[in-house]
Amino acid sequence: MRILGLLSCALLGALLIAIAADFPEWGDAHSPASEHLSPYFIEHTMEDTSVPNIVTSVLADYRGYDTMFETIVVFCAGIACFFLLGSYACAEPEERFYRSVETGVVLRFTGDARPRPDSPCFERIDPRWTPRDIIISMVGRIMVPFIQIYALYVVAHGHHSPGGGFQGGVILGAAFILLALSSNLRTMTRCIDHKVLGVLSALGVMIYAGVGVTCMVMGSNFLDYAALHTILGVSPVAARSLGILFVEVGVAMTVMATMVVIYNNVASAGRYEEGL
Amino acid sequence: MEHFLTEVLADHYNYWAYIALMMIGLYAMIAKNNLVKKIIGMNIFQTAIILFYVSIGFKKNATIPILDAHGAHGHEVVAHAVDYINPLPHVLMLTAIVVSVATLGVALALVLKIYREHGTLEEDDILNQLSE
Amino acid sequence: MFTIVDEAVLLLVIVCAIGALSIKDLVGAGILFGAYSFMMCMLWAVMGAVDVAFTEASVGAGVSTVLLIAAVFRTTRKTRD
Repeated sequence: MRILGLLSCALLGALLIAIAADFPEWGDAHSPASEHLSPYFIEHTMEDTSVPNIVTSVLADYRGYDTMFETIVVFCAGIACFFLLGSYACAEPEERFYRSVETGVVLRFTGDARPRPDSPCFERIDPRWTPRDIIISMVGRIMVPFIQIYALYVVAHGHHSPGGGFQGGVILGAAFILLALSSNLRTMTRCIDHKVLGVLSALGVMIYAGVGVTCMVMGSNFLDYAALHTILGVSPVAARSLGILFVEVGVAMTVMATMVVIYNNVASAGRYEEGL
Repeated sequence: MEHFLTEVLADHYNYWAYIALMMIGLYAMIAKNNLVKKIIGMNIFQTAIILFYVSIGFKKNATIPILDAHGAHGHEVVAHAVDYINPLPHVLMLTAIVVSVATLGVALALVLKIYREHGTLEEDDILNQLSE
Repeated sequence: MFTIVDEAVLLLVIVCAIGALSIKDLVGAGILFGAYSFMMCMLWAVMGAVDVAFTEASVGAGVSTVLLIAAVFRTTRKTRD
């Protein structure tokens, strides 16, 4: 099986290398890939949408349909993870470990025994527990707001600098994952609940599709943001720029919620009790 | 031979490197026994394809595809397509990167389910257990 | 490509890819995979694809690596191959 795989890969590689001899020279400004559609995008993006970042304007305006379906794909991946792994969420693990906060003594409870739920003396820890590390949890907790502000900056400045919805959404999700890594999965679950994450991811997709449907209601095509200029009270060019901003916010919401949902499910194998 | 060295190799060796990466990823998906190694091979394949696409859009002596909004020539910003890198492959590959991480998440969820069923991640052990 | 540094990064990318697939410890494979993603991000930044490099740095070298190590944490770490 391996020899067959190696032979077929080598054959395919040789075929591709033979084809690559026909390609235009690397860096050619007049190669066929750069001749047909992209000169229009480069030259007309300022007068059509007034967004200097050509990648953002092509992604969210000229090719907005693809981006909408990509957002739906990300949302479906989050749902798939939840359905695959979340079925064990009801079962409590058989033994639970609690540690006394003052003395550091670890107790093990089996069966149905548990301490009083809101007693401040005991905290719940994971079976593969590490010694309580105050530096890492404190530094993680301090860094999270700055990362979130930077993520919101990336989303908002996608028009003028590299950035946009995807990058900002992933960084926002990474801030929550940092909280889960440095402290505890339960700490992050207390900050953002699972139900809120599910609602957020669906809300992002609905914002994107909702903008498109609003454009249709105003009498134009689906996702033609220039039709929004009567609601917003600006010129059609500025309406396109604002429409790009709205859909980027929707994309960021969905991507953030999906990243955190996938991390929750994979790190806790569906049980949401313990984590990394 | 000289034609081969100067014209073909010198101009196209970077495509050969990308193709080598793609074949490494593809071979890992076929031949590796461990499931996580297969998933890593899938990701290597995906990023190698993205690298190939992005390298198509490159232009020598051109700058990044972000216009200078407050241009030196007053209000009008005249953009010549020759001065800016082709942004279309970047747009398509942004989608590809996000889809690749979504695929990675679902693949890892499947791996966790398989591990819970069979207790191992090696492909031949799983096949032996299934054929019993 | 442009300079000797870029060709070195390209060579390092191939070495990281082969290393991530040959190592017998899955956590090491995850870490090498993170290094591979980051080298790719640098290649794209050199080629002028700043948006793609930004996305790959946050997605590949960040979230993807963490997901892989979280999955290895829940399963076994040793592998025969």
